[in-house]
Amino acid sequence: MTTVLTSQENARIDACIEAHRKMPGALLPVLHAIQNDLGYVPEEAYPQIAHALALSVAEVHGVVTFYHHFRRHPVGKHVLQICRAESCQAMGAEKLEAHVKSALGIDYHQTTADGAITLEPVYCLGNCACSPAVLMDEELYGRVDSQKIEAIIHEARVSA
Amino acid sequence: MIKVYVPRDSTALSLGADKTAAAIVAEAQKRNIQIELIRNGSRGLFWLEPFVEVATEKGRVAFAPVQPKDVPGLFDADFLHSGAHPLYLGLTEELSWLKKQQRLTFARVGITDPVSLQDYIAHDGYKGLANALNMSGADIVKVVTDSGLRGRGGAAFPTGIKWNTVLNAPAEQKYIVCNADEGDSGTYSDRMVMEDDPYVLIEGMTIAGVAVGATQGYIYLRSEYPHALKVLNEAIEKATQAGYLGDNICGSGKAFHLEVRRAAGAYVCGEETSLLESLEGKRGLVRFKPPLPAIEGLFGKPTVVNNVISLATIPIILDKGAQFYADYGMGRSRGTLPIQLAGNLKQGGLVELAFGATLRELLYDFGGGSATGKPIRAVQVGGPLGAYLPESQFDTPLDYEEFSKIWAVLGHGGIVAFDETVDMAKMARYAFEFCAIESCGKCTPCRIGSTRGVEVMDKIATSKQENRPLHAKHIQLVRDLSDTMLNGSLCALGGMTPYPVLSALNHFPEDFGLNKKEVAA
Repeated sequence: MTTVLTSQENARIDACIEAHRKMPGALLPVLHAIQNDLGYVPEEAYPQIAHALALSVAEVHGVVTFYHHFRRHPVGKHVLQICRAESCQAMGAEKLEAHVKSALGIDYHQTTADGAITLEPVYCLGNCACSPAVLMDEELYGRVDSQKIEAIIHEARVSA
Repeated sequence: MIKVYVPRDSTALSLGADKTAAAIVAEAQKRNIQIELIRNGSRGLFWLEPFVEVATEKGRVAFAPVQPKDVPGLFDADFLHSGAHPLYLGLTEELSWLKKQQRLTFARVGITDPVSLQDYIAHDGYKGLANALNMSGADIVKVVTDSGLRGRGGAAFPTGIKWNTVLNAPAEQKYIVCNADEGDSGTYSDRMVMEDDPYVLIEGMTIAGVAVGATQGYIYLRSEYPHALKVLNEAIEKATQAGYLGDNICGSGKAFHLEVRRAAGAYVCGEETSLLESLEGKRGLVRFKPPLPAIEGLFGKPTVVNNVISLATIPIILDKGAQFYADYGMGRSRGTLPIQLAGNLKQGGLVELAFGATLRELLYDFGGGSATGKPIRAVQVGGPLGAYLPESQFDTPLDYEEFSKIWAVLGHGGIVAFDETVDMAKMARYAFEFCAIESCGKCTPCRIGSTRGVEVMDKIATSKQENRPLHAKHIQLVRDLSDTMLNGSLCALGGMTPYPVLSALNHFPEDFGLNKKEVAA
C-alpha cells in the first residue's frame, strides 16, 4: 500500500525527526514520535529518517518491522488491544477474543469498515490480577467480559 | 481537612478508580464537605480495587471496592468518620492480607502519593542515597554484595558481583540501564513500583550510578505501560528540579542523569543484550556473550543492566544495611520477593514475602483459591518461560534453588493459576506459538524450533485420537525439539520455552492423549 504523503505530513515527520535526531540511539524515539503523531510509520518516510540518522533505508525498514508496536499502515480512530497471554487465558480471554472479532466483524490487525476501531493482540498489559485485560487506546480495563467490552467499544464509537 | 485516598495505579484505574474519585469529589462538594483527595498508589489488594481509604486519628481505614454508585451511601453513612457501612474493612494496616507480608521493597507502595517528592522523603526516601554519598564506590558495592540481593528479573545473578565488574572496568563513560520491559504474563511488580513509588527506582539507579561511576541512566520501559511512562517522567522532572538528579546530586559534585526510553513491544528485548541493541536504535537481536554487558554494554561501554525490582531494593539496603536485608529469606535466596498473584485466583494482588513461603500458602491463604471456585489444576510460575506445576508440587518453598530442583523457575515472581478447565496441551502449543511470535530470529533452534513446535502440537491434537504409533512419534519429536532448543538456543527465549512445554507434558500427560505409564517409558 503506497500512499503519497501530503506536504503537511512531511513537515510533521521532519519535526519529529528534528526533535529527536541528536539523542543517542535516536531511531526508536523518532519512530515513536512519528507514530504518536500520524498513528503509523509510513514507508515513504524511511528515506528522510535514514538520511537524518545516517542509516540505510534497509536499516530503518528492519527496525520498523522488528517491533510489534510500530505500524506500517494507517489505523482506525481507536486501537483496541486484547491481551492473549496466559493469565488472561486462565480467565477466559479466548472467549473474549472470539466475541470481539465477531462483534466487530474483523480479525487481528484489521480495522472496522467504518474506520472506528483497529484490533490488535497484545501479550500482557500488567493487569494480571484482574484478567482478562484490554487496552483501548491508552485506557486500561480489567475483568473484561462480553458485556463490558460491548460498552467499551460503544463508548469509543460515540466519542470523537 | 479529611484526607481521602483513591489509588491511581493502572489496575485500580482499569476497574474505575477515576470515576470513583470524581464521584467522591462531586458528592463532597454537593454536601459542602471539605476533603483532600489524594491519588495514592495501590496497596496491592487488587480484587478490592477501587480501594478507598480515609485518614483517621487511629490510622487509615478502608472501604472497598467502591464504585461511583456506592458513593452517596458512603457519605450517608458518614464514612469520613468511619461510619458503619457494608464496604467498611477497618484499619488498612490491620488487614491480615497486608499484615502477614514483609514489605521492604514495597514499603511505601500504596501509602504515599507517587509523584510527591515530599511524601517520599517523609517516608524514609533518599536515606539510602544520603548514606551512599558518604561511601566509596567499592564500599557501596560491598554492601549490595553482602545483602545477598540477586537479580529479580528472573536470572537471579548476584547484583553486587555485576556492579563490581562495572566498577572495575575502566572507562570514561558508564551506564546504568533499568530493564523495565516487564513482559512476563502474570507479573506487574515492576509496573507497580514505577507507577506507585517511582522515586525508589530513581534513587536505586542513582545509587548504582554513584557506586560504579556511571553518570547516565536509562529506564527501558515497555510500550504497554502508558501510565508508568507519565508517572516516571513527572517524578524524574521533580527529582531533577530538587537536585536529586543532574550534574551535582545533593551537592555532592557527582552527576547522574536519567531518561525513560520507550520499548516497542518486543518480548525478547527483556533479554539484556537485546535490550541494549534496542536502546542503541537497532533491531533487538540478542548478542553473543562474552563480552558481558558489564564490560562492553550500551554503546560499547561498561553497563549495569538490572531489573526494576533489583534497583528499587537498593535504597532500603543502603538505608538499613546489608545484614538487615540478608536476615530475611532462606538458603542462598536472601531478602524478600514481591510475588504477583494472577490468573484464576479469587484474591489477586501483590504479596511481598521473605523467600521460603510455599506455593500453597500463596495460592490459598493469600489467593483464596480459584476465582471460578473450581480446583486449581496447574500453576505457571515465572512467566511464559516458566514451568507448569501440578498440585503435587504446591508445597515447594519459593526459593531459587528449591525451584531449580524440580526443574522450575521463580523468574520474576509471577504466579498464574489455572482451574481444571485448562487444556495443558493447548498451553504447550501456546508456549511454542509465543516463542515463534517473539523470537528475534538470530539463532536457529529458537527461530525454527518454535514454529516446528506449533506444527507438531497441531499434529498431536489429531493423532492422539487417530493413530497411536504416529502419536508416539510426535511426542518423541516434541521431546527432541525441546532438547535442541534447551541446549542450542542463544538466550532464554528459545532456551526456556521447553520449560512450559515439557512440564505440561510430564505433569499432565492425559491432556496429550497419554497415560502416566507412557510418559515414564
